[in-house]
Amino acid sequence: MKLLPGGIVKPKTTVANKTGAWRTFIPIYDEDKCKKCGICETFCPEDCISVDENEFRHPDYDFCKGCGICAEECPADAIEMKYEEKE
Amino acid sequence: MSLFAQGHTACGGCGMPIAVKLVLGGSGENSIVVSPTGCLEVTSTRYPQSAWGVPWIHSLFENAAAVASGIETALKVKGKKANVLVIGGDGATVDIGIRALSGMFERGHNVTYVCYDNEAYMNTGVQRSGSTPYGASATTSPAGKLSFGEDKPKKDTPAIAAAHGIPYVATASVGYPKDIVKKVKKAQEIVGPKYIQILAPCPTGWRFDGSKTIKLAKLAVETALFPVYEIENGEITKVKKIKERKPVEEYLKLQGRFKHLFKENKDQIEVIQKMADANAEKFGLDG
Repeated sequence: MKLLPGGIVKPKTTVANKTGAWRTFIPIYDEDKCKKCGICETFCPEDCISVDENEFRHPDYDFCKGCGICAEECPADAIEMKYEEKE
Repeated sequence: MSLFAQGHTACGGCGMPIAVKLVLGGSGENSIVVSPTGCLEVTSTRYPQSAWGVPWIHSLFENAAAVASGIETALKVKGKKANVLVIGGDGATVDIGIRALSGMFERGHNVTYVCYDNEAYMNTGVQRSGSTPYGASATTSPAGKLSFGEDKPKKDTPAIAAAHGIPYVATASVGYPKDIVKKVKKAQEIVGPKYIQILAPCPTGWRFDGSKTIKLAKLAVETALFPVYEIENGEITKVKKIKERKPVEEYLKLQGRFKHLFKENKDQIEVIQKMADANAEKFGLDG
């Protein structure tokens, strides 16, 4: 590996780390209950929750570590943490 | 995606990356960040990767404020403008880097210093720092037969910052995200040194389930153990009022680092309650 002067590296290159592999419990979102408030997105430490055109939130399971903050903080109780069976 | 990318290696449920993405949200793209050694440095910049979407430099443990002072001065000489920030942990801020921080305040550099406060040296294995609260068990202040854990009160670093006569000092908690963004934006509009201390719960060091990070960040404020306020030019200008102040037990009982207090050291809970009462009195939090 070639070292650049000062140990310079490119921005946002950590996206190569698929930290979703750390997960034990997976958040499952229920769109019928979702009030589209965005609290889950605000508090996500991985910043891995995106918004679709209908303002529903979707966690990116490539990065979600399964901490459960979104489920704990959801005022509509629309997120459930489920034990994840891995292949 | 914010200015702090996914794939960083902070523990699940860590309060620190929540604080960082909110700070960058308030500060914006035109920012330069210095981070001293600590959890943030090791989890965001595992060589050859970086989670940062803004220019970022790692200093030593002790000199982040000095490096930021140099960057700010260089920008001035070159006639360029950018928001210069330090984002560092409590160990690097209240203990190891306090000399450089004091110098930065004294010289009046236009830098926003943000301390994410997780109340111990978490990166190296939960050694106590000056910011560790009274009664907490850390690996260098362990609770046991002869000790109830940390026997010194949490260092009042915001007061030390304010004593330098700097224009803006604030505290905040990751439990209140809009407040963080607002305070960072406000700080960027003020010329001179700014100091913001943000409580960022640590599931690993405080020993609680990672899903409870926000709950604890709010409880610390609701019990008055971590008062949220602003000091402008030496005067307290704003405090976050608490409608119904909660007893400190509600905050302490959720954390493994205070578990021993509920067995042999119940009298110490009263001491901690008195500290919360004193905070409420000092800042006029009730109401």
